[in-house]
This record gives sequence, C-alpha cells and structure tokens, in this order.
Amino acid sequence: MGAEKLEVLFQERIDANEKIEPRDYMPEEYRQHLIRQMSQHAHSEVIGMQPEGNWITRAPSLRAKKILLAKVQDEAGHGLYIYSATETLGVTRDELISRLHQGKAKYASIFNYPALTWADMGAIGWLVDGAAITNQVSLQKTSYGPYSRSMVKICKEESFHQRQGYEIIAAMAKGTSEQKEMAQDALNRFWWPSLMMFGPHDSDSPRTGNAMKWKIKRESNDVLRQRFIDKTVSQAELIGLTIPDPDLKWNEERGSYDFGEIDWDEFWSVVKGGGPCNLKRLNHHKKAHNDGAWVRKAAAAYAKKHLNK
Amino acid sequence: MCSKGPFLEEDIAQTNLGLDLLGQAEALLTYAAKLEDKGRTADDLVYKRPERDFYNFMLTEQPNTDFAFAVVRQYIMALYLDKVYETLSKVDDETLSGIASKALKEIDYHKSHLGMWVTRLGDGTQESHERVQTAFNELWMFVGELYEEDELDLKMQHSGYAISGDEMKSYLFSEISSSLAKATLSIPESVYMTTGSKKGIHTEYLGYLLTEMQYLQRAYPDANW
Repeated sequence: MGAEKLEVLFQERIDANEKIEPRDYMPEEYRQHLIRQMSQHAHSEVIGMQPEGNWITRAPSLRAKKILLAKVQDEAGHGLYIYSATETLGVTRDELISRLHQGKAKYASIFNYPALTWADMGAIGWLVDGAAITNQVSLQKTSYGPYSRSMVKICKEESFHQRQGYEIIAAMAKGTSEQKEMAQDALNRFWWPSLMMFGPHDSDSPRTGNAMKWKIKRESNDVLRQRFIDKTVSQAELIGLTIPDPDLKWNEERGSYDFGEIDWDEFWSVVKGGGPCNLKRLNHHKKAHNDGAWVRKAAAAYAKKHLNK
Repeated sequence: MCSKGPFLEEDIAQTNLGLDLLGQAEALLTYAAKLEDKGRTADDLVYKRPERDFYNFMLTEQPNTDFAFAVVRQYIMALYLDKVYETLSKVDDETLSGIASKALKEIDYHKSHLGMWVTRLGDGTQESHERVQTAFNELWMFVGELYEEDELDLKMQHSGYAISGDEMKSYLFSEISSSLAKATLSIPESVYMTTGSKKGIHTEYLGYLLTEMQYLQRAYPDANW
C-alpha cells in the first residue's frame, strides 16, 4: 500500500476516534510529534520532583512529610509511565534523557521558578497540579493508545495532589498573619506562571494545527487555560485569597472570567533558559544521573556475570 | 535520595523505604507520646526536642556520601530492625505488637532489597566493589551501638521486650558475614566501636538534620500547618 493511501486510512481511523497502537501505521510526523510532546511531559514530571523535593526535609509535620514524599514519588512514577509509553515509539529512555541534558528537549517552564516557602508546596499542588490536571484530563482522549492510558492512570493520582496542595494553602490562609501572608505571596508568584503552563495563545501556537488534526491534542491552549481559571477563582475566594489580576472579572455573557494579559516576554525568556532555576534544575538532574552511572554499570555487570553462569 | 536516585525505578524504591520508616516512626512516637501522658504529640517529639534528647543510633544520622553508603547504612539498620520488630511482635502490649507486626513485613522487604544491592555492588564492577567496601569500612564503627546494653535494655530483656546484646551481635555478624561473602566483600577490620547515642551523644551530622527538619516549627511556634 502506498504511503498516501496509508495516511488517508490513518486519518480515517483518527476521525473515527480509534486509538493508534505502537505497531499500527503512523505518519513519521505523528510519531515525532508524540515523541517530542510525551518526552517533554515525562521530563516535566521528573524535573518537577525538585521544587517539592527541596521541601521534604523541612515539612512541618510527620503527616505533611509523608504526604509530600509520597507525592514526589508519584511524580517519579508518572515520569516512568510516560517514558515507557514514549519508548513504544521506538526511542529509548537513555536517548530521551540525553536530549534533555543537551538542551534539545524541554520540560514545563513552571519548574524553573523557585519554591521559597512552605506555602509554595500548597500553591504548587493547588495551581501547578491543578493546571496539569486540566491539561491531562483532556489528554485522556488523546489518539495514541499508550499515552492515553498513562493519562488515565496519572489523572487519578493528580487529583489527590491537587487536594493535598489546596489543603496546605487553605490551612495557612486561615492560620497566623505570617502564614496568611506566605499563602498570598505564593499565590501571587505562582498564578501567572500557572496560566503560562497552557502555552501560547492559540493564534501563536504553531504546532496546534497538526496536533488537533491528529487528535493528539483534543482542546486548544486557550480553552484549557480558561477552564482552569474558571474553576480556580472560586477556590481562591473560598479561602480568602486574592488572585493577583486586577483585570479578572466575571463575564456574564461568556459565562467565564475575563482576565489580564499574560507577560509573554517572561514566558519566552523562561522557556529559553532565563528562569531563576533553569540551570539548577538541569544540573541537579545531570548530577543525579552522572552520580548514578557507576550504580547502573554495576547492576548491568552483575546481571551479565550471573546470566552467563 | 528522592530525585537523586541512580535511575527512576530505584528512586521510587528508595522513597518507599523512606515512607515505611516514616510510618513506623510516626506509629511508635504517637504511642510513646500517649504513654508519656504529658499532652505532647508525635510531632512535638520530632520537632521540639533538642539534639541531646534524641537517642537515635549514630549510624542512622550518617550522610548519603554516595549510593553505597546509603545502601549499607540502611541494610545494617534493616537487619537490626528486623530482629527488634520480630521480638516486639510477640509482646503482650497489643499496640506495640501490632505496630511491630506491620513493620516486620515492611522491613523484610527492606532487607531483601538492600541485601540485593550489597550483592550487586560488591560483585558488580571494580568501582562498585571498592565503593561498597569503603562504605562498610567507614560505617563499621557505628555497628557496636546496635548491640550495646544499658539498664533500660536489661529491663526490657527481662520482660521479653528485647533480645540480649550478645544475641543481637551474633545475629548481626552472622547475617553480615554471609552477605559480604556472597558479595565478594570482606568483613571490615576490627575497629573501635563508638558509643553514646543512648545518652544523647551524636556525630555532628545530627545537628544539621534537626536544624533543617525543625525549622518551620521553631520559626513559627504558634502556627498550625
């Protein structure tokens, strides 16, 4: 069968909402798009362990410590599912990690912002995981089978994460004046970067066209961002915190909130490496990977010796 | 170790071990606070005691110098805890025997997981062999505390809540010897065994661990989290 005919059949399957599985025909651009998006997603989970990992030793109660540690462990698990799902596209985890280290693969820019206070553990769970869930719920319907199934599994855990974060920030918002100040400050710092997590406006998002056609992406950046804002505003009000956007206003006609313009210069500068923690995050990952090289070699050498016996 | 593991699967596994230990500590401290009956909570015991009131073994406060140190430290502790929980799982006190029975299942897994790493590292590459041997050599001086006895230990032995120091020593040495032999490693040369944690004496590492751990509770004593 000719390539053109295969592509027509492929698109017909996509249009009929069939899932594409690893051994099925897929156009090379579809495969490359998925590798790029899924590896970026997996790297985000793993790099995302750092800002919260940074607070495990300082968690203020045994309960908080256990929950945070379990949460960061979940992120590692999510990274693992998605790396494995990405490997079904014919690329190895080692290659993906090497692309990350070479700066050829990205991860979510939000993790390039520092986690400065305990309230940030609240804001990250509530806002960052909240934004991630909004995106991932939509991705449960993505056309690539292994990616879709990993999203279903991940969404179950993410909703627990969001509740965990909200619980932290809610407790602080009704705590001492210092705690309340920390909670508001965390919201102030994480609000706009969380909105940036959905990516550029649809009009400025060059890859959205194909991704929508192939149903890798099911809803656009702007639609998802609006959904996140609409559900989050009342959560902030409920605990007495103020969203740091003077232009935020309920629009009766649209049934949605209007909101202020995102600072896209900041977005692009952080994407391109200018965030406060870009270098630190990547160096931490490289160091852990390099420090672990002798352990991986030892495990491989041991397995080889004992396989041959 | 979390976010610092040699690969993701092991990062997750090491975090599991940490979560188990945290859960065991919480259960024991909650019960200790209840028995003490002075209105303190498990968190008070963790976050508000000064350094000299901590009686943890010095072995447990030694740093993660590299993966081998983390493995060896936790492996030796898993052997010790296995015996402790086995004994406590049979005592009359139902709370304690309940905590110990649950913990015993977890610690069995720690023993096997960490024991496998001792074997793999010892019998892996030249580098891993040297690193894990170094970890055993440098941590060996802290093993003596695990079978040291003070008056409280003797009282506990008397009521069946602990095994004797001699029994613990011979169990630890026999387990460690066979595991080292399997890993092609040598038993460290006999060294002076350090002592003091039962009197609240520590290495300098504990102070930093506590400073970090207790920071929020100390900086904001009136706050609830």
